[in-house]
Amino acid sequence: MTIRHEMLPERPAPSLTVGPIAWLRANLFSGPVNSVFTLLGLYLLYILLTPTIQWAFINADWIGTSRDDCSREGACWVFVNARLPQFIYGLYPRAELWRPNVVFATFAVLIAWLAIPRLPFKRWVTLIALIGFPLFAYAMLYGGYFGLPVVETHRWGGLMLTLVLAVVGMVAALPIGILLALGRRSQMPIVKSFCVVFIEFWRGVPLITILFMASVMLPLFMPTGVSVDRLIRALIGITLFQSAYMAEVIRGGLQAIPKGQEEAAAALGMSYWRRMGLIVLPQALKMMIPGIVNTFISLFKDTTLVMIIGLFDLLGIVQAALSDSRWLGFAVEGYVFAAFLFWIFCFSMSRYSQYLERKLHTGHKR
Amino acid sequence: MLYNKNKLVLMSAAATLALGASGLAAASTLEDTRDRGAVQCGVSDGLPGFSSPDDEGNWQGIDVDVCRAVAAAVFGDAEAVRYISLNAVERFTALQSGEVDILSRNTTWTTTRDTTLGLNFAGTNFYDGQGFLINRDLGVSSASELDGAAVCVQSGTTTELNLADYFRANGMEFDPIVFDTSEQTVGGFEAGRCDVLTSDTSQLAALRIQLSDPAGAMILPEVISKEPLGPVVRQGDDQWYNIVKWSLFAMLNAEEYGISSDNIDDLLDSEDPNVARLLGQDGNYGEGMGLDADWSYNIISQVGNYAQVFDRNVGMDSPLEIERGVNALWIDGGLQYAPPVR
Repeated sequence: MTIRHEMLPERPAPSLTVGPIAWLRANLFSGPVNSVFTLLGLYLLYILLTPTIQWAFINADWIGTSRDDCSREGACWVFVNARLPQFIYGLYPRAELWRPNVVFATFAVLIAWLAIPRLPFKRWVTLIALIGFPLFAYAMLYGGYFGLPVVETHRWGGLMLTLVLAVVGMVAALPIGILLALGRRSQMPIVKSFCVVFIEFWRGVPLITILFMASVMLPLFMPTGVSVDRLIRALIGITLFQSAYMAEVIRGGLQAIPKGQEEAAAALGMSYWRRMGLIVLPQALKMMIPGIVNTFISLFKDTTLVMIIGLFDLLGIVQAALSDSRWLGFAVEGYVFAAFLFWIFCFSMSRYSQYLERKLHTGHKR
Repeated sequence: MLYNKNKLVLMSAAATLALGASGLAAASTLEDTRDRGAVQCGVSDGLPGFSSPDDEGNWQGIDVDVCRAVAAAVFGDAEAVRYISLNAVERFTALQSGEVDILSRNTTWTTTRDTTLGLNFAGTNFYDGQGFLINRDLGVSSASELDGAAVCVQSGTTTELNLADYFRANGMEFDPIVFDTSEQTVGGFEAGRCDVLTSDTSQLAALRIQLSDPAGAMILPEVISKEPLGPVVRQGDDQWYNIVKWSLFAMLNAEEYGISSDNIDDLLDSEDPNVARLLGQDGNYGEGMGLDADWSYNIISQVGNYAQVFDRNVGMDSPLEIERGVNALWIDGGLQYAPPVR
């Protein structure tokens, strides 16, 4: 009879129950039907991915300066490479590119500061981001101050213009949207009817119509010689349009807050703005994060519509580049690149909103 | 080109509005332009050879060079232009409302546009028109040999009607292969579904270089419709109209007298009275337009003569390789003709 005084050493679980093989068995090959589907899926992926990878990477041309450097068997990234500064900055003068770069960098730092929870002085940074940064960005991009030469807005374009349109649209539409949402729930008849009419009007008209009105009809109603910059016209149109959508998203959140919350706050003697600002809105906005981000993402993509009023946003500048007679016929490369950039931005927004939801999650999630 | 009746009505209404508003305009376009320091020029938002941004972000094209010529005449600096890209719908409004001073955007000169929109066409910088693109293998050198050909054409366009008219007028048969979009039409041609592809010549040239074998296709010399493209200005400012018109003429006259940007400084003391008058060495012909005597010297030295402009942007020195054809000078059997400087 053997008696052991020590425990037997731990042995690894049978290889068939842990590790990649077990995962494969559990998730992909758990039965004959699933195995068949898995194989079918792999085959489909193979059929679709092989030509894509061959086109985009293996047969693609990366280095060169003109269309003659492209074999045309695969993608010609030479085109995107040659046009990259233009895709990012539009027709912004080459000598002044450091200005948008400084603005981009400042923007990235501010966003990172606000997004990373550990960093201090959040309140001050928010103030700088909302008031100081727009003025700074305008002075840098447009120029005319500190001896910087003026770069008129018709030379702005590419990703820079897309970001300007999207960021201004988002930052301006959110507060206007909140006010409209509160106004629509107000007891005051004039405020209420104004908000209802505003929201229903802007929401009832397609964005493309608003942009057309702003660019085609508006100049005719103004005295000759007086003209509002196209970019400003587009910005106003986009902001008003998006604030109507934002208002309805936020109103959805307001309606989900039980009436008792507001009544309790009123019972404590809080004024209307304190009730809203301290009790109702924080709860409503938190709940509506997916809806708000959804609106932001759709706004980001809607900025491509400014193409029809002759502004070269990211997609517009890609299309303009395609009409250069020295680069005809590279439409697919151009569009793939534009789609890739758009995807990166939209996906980042989506991930950040998910992170925000988890962070603010205080027992509402169902 | 397609023409939509509703659009016309809308544009006429817009024109009427604009005319009402333009009563407020005080200064002339030339003075406004001088105050601003740049010519505001409406160009296409991208058309191969006519106007498109190059790799450096500078606008280039045959339409762009009209803007540069006017800037050279007014400021002595061909780069003093503010380009505003316009799409087909807003182009006339932009001109009427004063957002641009010149519309140089491959705009076809038609009666309606010239007479009802409060605009003036200041000449023709490119005689476009419907042509034929064929496979070289077909062994055809003239459109008159196309009897019985299968022709790829986009449906619902005037192109389709012109095609039928041309073949009927010449007593020939053809087999139309109709497509919905221009991409599909090219696809059909490339796949060999037809012998011939028809569209405007300038577009055929752009389509040709997108084929997998551009050298295997050629554009026939015949042009079967009239699409004169030219710069447009507002009505009611004849001085500005003259400046734009004569900027174009200066480039044409320069080609006719053999003056180019390369040899212009050698020709300054030329004995030829035509050359001396054009270059402002004999008399001041800029005065009547409110310009300096060297207005045409600036155009030719900075932008070039018409042949240089044509070859550089759409002709043999460009990827498009469009033949001069009807755009040759009148002395070479083409249509380009400028009145004399005298």
